[in-house]
Amino acid sequence: MTGALLAQLHPMVGAALTTHGDPLYDNGVGWFVWVVDVIKVLVAFGVLLVSVMLMIWFERKLISDMQSRIGPNRAGPWGLLQTLADGTKLFFKEDLLPERADRAMFKLAPYLSLVPALLVFTVVPVGGIIHISGHAFELQVADPPIGILLVLAMSSIAVYGVMLAGWSSGSKYPLLGSVRASAQMISYEAALGITVVTVVLITGSLSTRAIVQSQATNFWDWNLIRLGIVPFFLFLIAITAELTRPPFDLTEAESELVGGFHTEYSSIRFAMFFLAEFMNVITMSAVVVTLFFGGPDGPVPHIPSFSIWFPILWFLGKVFIFLFIYVWFRAALPRLRYDQLMTIGWKYLIPLSLGWLLAVAGFVVDGWWGLGIAVVAVALGTVLVRAFGIGQAREADLESAAVTTARRERPTRPVPGTLSTGEDG
Amino acid sequence: MGIVDDVKEQFSFLGGFKLTFEHLTRPRVTRQYPEEKKPKQPRQHGRHVLNRYEDGMEKCIGCELCAGVCPADCIYVRGLDNPPDHPVSPGERYGYVYEINYLRCIHCDLCVEACPTEAITESKLFEFSFTNRADAIYTKAELLVGDDGRPQKLPWEDWREGDDLMTSGWMRATSPSGNAAYEGEVQWSGELGYGVRRPEGGQSGRRDDQATGSKPLREVLENHLLPEDIPLEHRGMKGRMWRAQISAERNKKKMEAARERFKELRAARVAKKATAKKDSGDAA
Repeated sequence: MTGALLAQLHPMVGAALTTHGDPLYDNGVGWFVWVVDVIKVLVAFGVLLVSVMLMIWFERKLISDMQSRIGPNRAGPWGLLQTLADGTKLFFKEDLLPERADRAMFKLAPYLSLVPALLVFTVVPVGGIIHISGHAFELQVADPPIGILLVLAMSSIAVYGVMLAGWSSGSKYPLLGSVRASAQMISYEAALGITVVTVVLITGSLSTRAIVQSQATNFWDWNLIRLGIVPFFLFLIAITAELTRPPFDLTEAESELVGGFHTEYSSIRFAMFFLAEFMNVITMSAVVVTLFFGGPDGPVPHIPSFSIWFPILWFLGKVFIFLFIYVWFRAALPRLRYDQLMTIGWKYLIPLSLGWLLAVAGFVVDGWWGLGIAVVAVALGTVLVRAFGIGQAREADLESAAVTTARRERPTRPVPGTLSTGEDG
Repeated sequence: MGIVDDVKEQFSFLGGFKLTFEHLTRPRVTRQYPEEKKPKQPRQHGRHVLNRYEDGMEKCIGCELCAGVCPADCIYVRGLDNPPDHPVSPGERYGYVYEINYLRCIHCDLCVEACPTEAITESKLFEFSFTNRADAIYTKAELLVGDDGRPQKLPWEDWREGDDLMTSGWMRATSPSGNAAYEGEVQWSGELGYGVRRPEGGQSGRRDDQATGSKPLREVLENHLLPEDIPLEHRGMKGRMWRAQISAERNKKKMEAARERFKELRAARVAKKATAKKDSGDAA
């Protein structure tokens, strides 16, 4: 692995560093640039809203299929307009403000969820570069040099939406839900960030366009394969938790917390949380595709005036696979318990992603460095696993001791090798 | 080996992915409810009817036994002496007021059991709703069967085919005294529009689906049963033959109905043409 990986790495890093910003701004900012930008924003906004509508429909339909049901099929052909109908209904419902709510925060929270969800999509490269009347521009709303940091920043701000929604509702279940949600999101953000750093490290740039371009040469350059498959899985698990999707949806566990942080929300504010949630699913799928699957990269057949569509189709196809996977998760996996969630996050994901990051960093520097760091990481990992094992055993001992103390009056089975005094029975 | 098994155990949840994916190809169990319905059970308890004798007289004698036995206290009956010149029922008295509150009724059919004259029985209709509490109280005007012996079909009720036919199914299905030895003995009076109905079999093991007008639930839901639960004669080639036979019968019935309808249409068209000709002839 070392030699081959290394041979690929150095030219790749160099190539990625040569990319610079959006070519749209090369010739200054004129009226054309403004028009293009406004159109891009509007199109992205519209596409996102429509795709959320379709996503909700798709999720309901697919999960029905996986449960031998039919799903929505009344509103529109195949029930396609069901979401629209639900949205319309929510829009016209009474907007309740709980008496004990912190009014300003309660009203602010849905926007804190929604706006970051919308903004993340701006840095996702949807297609290649388009040339119109001498101007070249990228098919993505914005290509800031800090690209992927924006994703992390926005997902952190979204935590505020959840937290404030729960806190400002002035009731218990939302508060519990939001405490769970914020703890979960913050825990998994660490693993998420470290995995992103792995990608950034090998690309040598934070720009999403550069990340995509560095993977564009051929299939073997996709970060999925270039980084070893592990970071992808870590990232997938981390964003599933970040999105509070099943099996990590215990922030809105219906059986325990009613609706979680949005229990007290109704009408359009509730719809906004819902919108944000599904929009996040779509944008995060797009981010996975960008980071690990080469974004819009894929074979483009030479068909005149149609070849610009192929990258977009590749991108959409890849995103669609992830949307399918999210629904599949929901259908197949039971919800985790809170301590299991934290165990996975802190004891497995973070150490593993950190070790992998160090190994990748080593390989970027030099093959022997990489090998050395990998060995050290494995050794430390073994120690860590052993430590966790010992800790768990001790905890179990303490627990069982506590249980036996608590149930002293109940008859216990005599321990083999000891004489029963008869006091227990 | 221990470690391999442990890992397998740890990741056994992955089987869920396979299962859910397989479900994509399985038949759906959902029924498109208002359009497509499960066949009702032959003696389903639904909306009540007040029966009449073949000569059109009401069966109810206003004895209030139904009201007395009703556990939900939803029936209100007042009897009155029959007017000598035009009696309503053959007995001494008749049900002058008869009201059932369907917001209370639990459809236990104790009233049907209590009735000495088989005056009150239940149809299979259960799909009726109200927008107002007063509408939930059915009076005699609504409960009494029409002149054809069928229940009245009120605008807010969703009657389906067959709901109105077996209104006295329960009576004929129950052996007198609950004793199977009396099975097949007629101990009930005739009904308006039907006459004395024949007894229903099946209590001592024999089924007569033709008489009850229903299929056993097991047969209806057969394609949702596990293979080993499907009766032998309905499996494999034999089952295919059986299903083909059934569908052939059904198709034959459908064809016949279509043919009838076609004949009617043709007759109507011919008649119309004839009148048109006649009209034009008159005009000329």
